[in-house]
This record gives sequence, C-alpha cells and structure tokens, in this order.
Amino acid sequence: MTYEPKIIAYACTYCSYPGADLAGISRIKYSPNVNIIRVLCSGRVSPELILRTFREGADGVLVLGCHYGDCHFINGNHRTAKRVAVLKRLLEYAGIEPERLRLEWVSASEGERFAKIVDEFTNTVSQLPPIQELLRG
Amino acid sequence: MVSVGQHENIEILSYSEVEEVSGFVGSFKVKVRKKARYVNEDLCTGCGLCQEKCPTKDILSEFEAGIGTRKAIYMPFAQAVPRVPVIDTEHCRHFQKGKCGVCQKLCPRGAVDYEQEDQILELAVGTILVTTGFDLFDATRAPEYGYGRLDNVVTSLEFERMISASGPTHGKVLLKDGREPQSVAILHCIGSRDERYNVHCSRVCCMWSLKFAHLLKDVTDAEVYELYIDMRAFGKGYEEFYRRLLREGVIFIRGKGAEVTDVPESPEEEGKLIVKCEDTLLGELRRLPVDMVVLSTGLEPRRDAVQVAHTFGLSRSGDGFFLEKHVKLAPVETASDGIFIAGACQGPKDIPDTVAQAGAAAVAALAMMDRGKVTLQPYVAIVDVERCSGCGECVLACPYSAIELVDGHAQIEETACKGCGTCVGHCLSKALSLSHFTDEELVAEMRGALRVLEVA
Repeated sequence: MTYEPKIIAYACTYCSYPGADLAGISRIKYSPNVNIIRVLCSGRVSPELILRTFREGADGVLVLGCHYGDCHFINGNHRTAKRVAVLKRLLEYAGIEPERLRLEWVSASEGERFAKIVDEFTNTVSQLPPIQELLRG
Repeated sequence: MVSVGQHENIEILSYSEVEEVSGFVGSFKVKVRKKARYVNEDLCTGCGLCQEKCPTKDILSEFEAGIGTRKAIYMPFAQAVPRVPVIDTEHCRHFQKGKCGVCQKLCPRGAVDYEQEDQILELAVGTILVTTGFDLFDATRAPEYGYGRLDNVVTSLEFERMISASGPTHGKVLLKDGREPQSVAILHCIGSRDERYNVHCSRVCCMWSLKFAHLLKDVTDAEVYELYIDMRAFGKGYEEFYRRLLREGVIFIRGKGAEVTDVPESPEEEGKLIVKCEDTLLGELRRLPVDMVVLSTGLEPRRDAVQVAHTFGLSRSGDGFFLEKHVKLAPVETASDGIFIAGACQGPKDIPDTVAQAGAAAVAALAMMDRGKVTLQPYVAIVDVERCSGCGECVLACPYSAIELVDGHAQIEETACKGCGTCVGHCLSKALSLSHFTDEELVAEMRGALRVLEVA
C-alpha cells in the first residue's frame, strides 16, 4: 500500500450501521481507513452527496444498505441501487474511477461481512492514486 | 394457560393466523384469519364426547410426535386452552365422503357446525408481542443416524412422549417389538453445533438428554450412554444435576455419535443398533451395541419464520431467529417500534429463560401503552416550495405514499412520513430535505470524518 486512503461509508440505521456495530461488539478487526456516517436509509444518499464527498477529498465512498426485501423503509434501497449504477457511469465519464464507489448490502447480523467488505474496498481503493491528484489534475 | 384463558382482559384467538399488519406503534391494524374449526366455541363445553365417538382411527397425533393416535375431531392435547375441539377435514368422513355426521348428531349442545367458514378479524392494537417459538431439527436430514430407516431410532420429542406418564405408552419405554430396552444411547447435538446444518448451540438439549437418562434409570434397568461434544449444564442447579447423574451410573462418552447402523461385525452386535463414535477422552474409535437410540435434535427457526418476519417487519439474525434491537441493551425490543419478541423465536432457550424474557417483553409493551403516548423520531422530510418544480419524482419514490402534489409542488404528510429520505436522495432540484439529516449536516459530518482520517 503506497498511501492510506480515506474512505467514507454511508450506512443505514436499521441494517448496516448495526452490522458495523456488531463487528465492533464482536471485536472483529477491520481497516481503520473507513469512517462511518449514519443515515436513516441508504435511499437518503443522493448522487450529489456522493460527488461532494469525493470533492472534499474522500478516496472512496461506500454506500451500505439493507438486503433486498429487508429494508426497514420497504424499498428505499431499490432506489439507491438504481442511482448508484447510473452514478458509476457518470463517474467514469468524468474521469473518476468507478471502483471508488461501491454499494453493498449488509444486514444487522453481518458483522463479519461488514469487516470483509471494508477490508476489500480499502484494498481496491489503495491500488488507485489518491483522489487529490485527480482533483488537482 | 387456564388462568390466561379465564382472564377478563385476555382474549385468546387459537387456530388463527395473522395475515397482515399495518399502521405504527400505538395504532397497529392487524388482520387475523380465524380458521374454521367447525365447532362453535360459544356452545361447546369441552365434554369430549365427539372425539370419543368419532369413528376415524389411526390418525397420527401431532402432539404425541406421531407415536400416538387421535381422531378426526380432536383437542390437540388434554390441557389445551380453549377446551374446544377442531375437525381435521383431511381425515373427517363427513368432509371426505359426505356422510357420517356422528359428532353432530351426538353433541349434546349442538355445537358441531360443518358450514362454519374462516373469519377475518380486524384488530386495532397498540403493541405486538411475537412469540412464535421454534421447530425441531428434522432428523431425516442427517441420514447417517438412520432415523425413519432403522427401527428404535427415535427423536427426543418421540422419546419424551414415550416416557411421559400421560403419553401413549403410559410412561413405558418400549422397543418396536414391545420389549423393554436393555441399553439406550442418547446422541447429543443432532442438527446443532454442526456446520452442515446449524452452527448454533440449541442450549436445551444437554439438559433434556440428562433428564432422559435420569428417567431411564428410574423406570428401566437399561444401560444408558450419553454421547456428547461438550456438556453444557449452564443454568441454575443444572451442573448439580449433571453431577448427580455421574453418580447414577450413566455412561458418559465425550464424542459425537458419528453413525448408527444395524450391520453387525461381531456376535454381540447381532440384532442390535450399533452406534459408531470417537471417544475423545480415550482417544479411540468405539462401536456401542444398543437396543435404542435417542437423537437429541436441535432447535431451529420455524419453517415460516421468513413470512412472519415480513408480516411484522422483523429482521432475522444469521441463524434465522428473529433479531432483537440490541443483544444486551434492548433484548426484547425490535427495530420496529411497538413490536416485541420473546421466547425461542428469538433464539433457543429453556423454560426459565423463556418465562423471564416473556415477562420482560410483556412489561416493556405495557409500559409503552401505560404512558399513553409514544416518542417518535423527529425525522421528517421538508419541502422548499420555492425550489420545487413539481416534477413528481418524489411522489413515485416515497415508499409510504406520504407525498402529494398540491398547487404544483410537493407536500409532505408528516404523520405518514417515516423520514427515510428516499425522496431527498431522488429530488432533482434539491427542493427536499430531511430534518436532522440535511445536506449541510451530512456534509459537515463528512468533512469532520475526513479530517479525522487525515490526522490518523
């Protein structure tokens, strides 16, 4: 790893945030490069917010929501899935590697899965140059 | 159960199913299908004449775990509340062949009603407790133990009914040929603590297995073997009970039963069931010739746990049981306000733990209702009328139909809005915002989070 990437994870209140909490309760180690921001539902995470996060200097953005059918808000996560797919193509168009954005489903009982996703994603992002270089360039 | 049935504030809807739950804490609407039992509950006195005279026979009783029989009109078990029988239409001669009607003719109260239909009840309730229990592991899923294939391999529930004084054998432990067994092996952890089926420990099986050994020593002269992975005598007085059994001459073998076969390899194995296992304390493979094998089957989430979770808006943990809000701080609450869980639907547990948890859940629900009001979360979507173009995208995005277009702009129905923010994420003109999760707040939080990472 050439540098320590900075990653912001948006996690929903009912599945992914408790999932992250479970990882903590279970003392599972995961990459410290990720800082979590709680939102009520992954549906709240607008494309603007994701772009803003990159612009503020995040090297990667994780959006974490409930599995299909498990969303506390019925289908907020379906909307997120559609939006993120489109945004990834826009990122590519704008010259930002789409791998910097990742959407995953983590349930409240999947502490281990949370840790695994965070580690994998940190690894992926660390292979890419720091976003500051892109922003400057 | 009887005192619950007689309590003036408790109404029992047995033989009923919740089909739909809507609304929110304090004002749930529950749609219940009260199935037709073909016996009028108001008229029936529970005398039992109908099930005595019913001409059907040899129907396997569910309560007796299939080792006893019942009639087509029956009460599930002797202490059932309410004491009203039900007709099993699949076996009833009236429903199958159109003639019979013995129960209707003989009922002194005229309570048998073949025309009865399912009723749909709409209940308005403030809080809900889900206590749907568990299923036992189906031992045929582990074919190496020969359940269903070899005679005298029984599950713990079948054995429980056999050794019960009120069961079909009146407490006698009998082999298929009517003899009393000379030796019995009790195999722990069938379907639990096993990566092929369930990783979790079912908690109650060690103790009921010990109880079986104790009762066997009491009512028979049989040699009793307990084959266990670990002895988990975790509760109050349980370890003491285990020590007592050590003195009663039960043979404990530390090692899980690997296979049950009826193929003998030596003269003393002739006509016996042979349990193969590794005795991990002796460090050797053993073959135990016995007359009877009891499989201590584990506890699993109910088969319909997925549907029940959807109906009530519950989450499930990795093992499939319903998930509590917090494992330590909110063990009977769920992520849905006003819905509580207790008992084995939340995870395997024994009777004392279930009673304690059920008490806690009942009090949590009562405390909520007694307050007379609930604290709602202050998250609600807000419209900036100036910016709203009235495109209507948010109306389509809202999972709760809480947005309407009024006078060319979006309007939020605040009581229906749950504050998920899906509309905010969707709004093209940034006219929508979510209180306490506004863009400014999230951006400020995100900046702070990035700064923390920078320093680290």
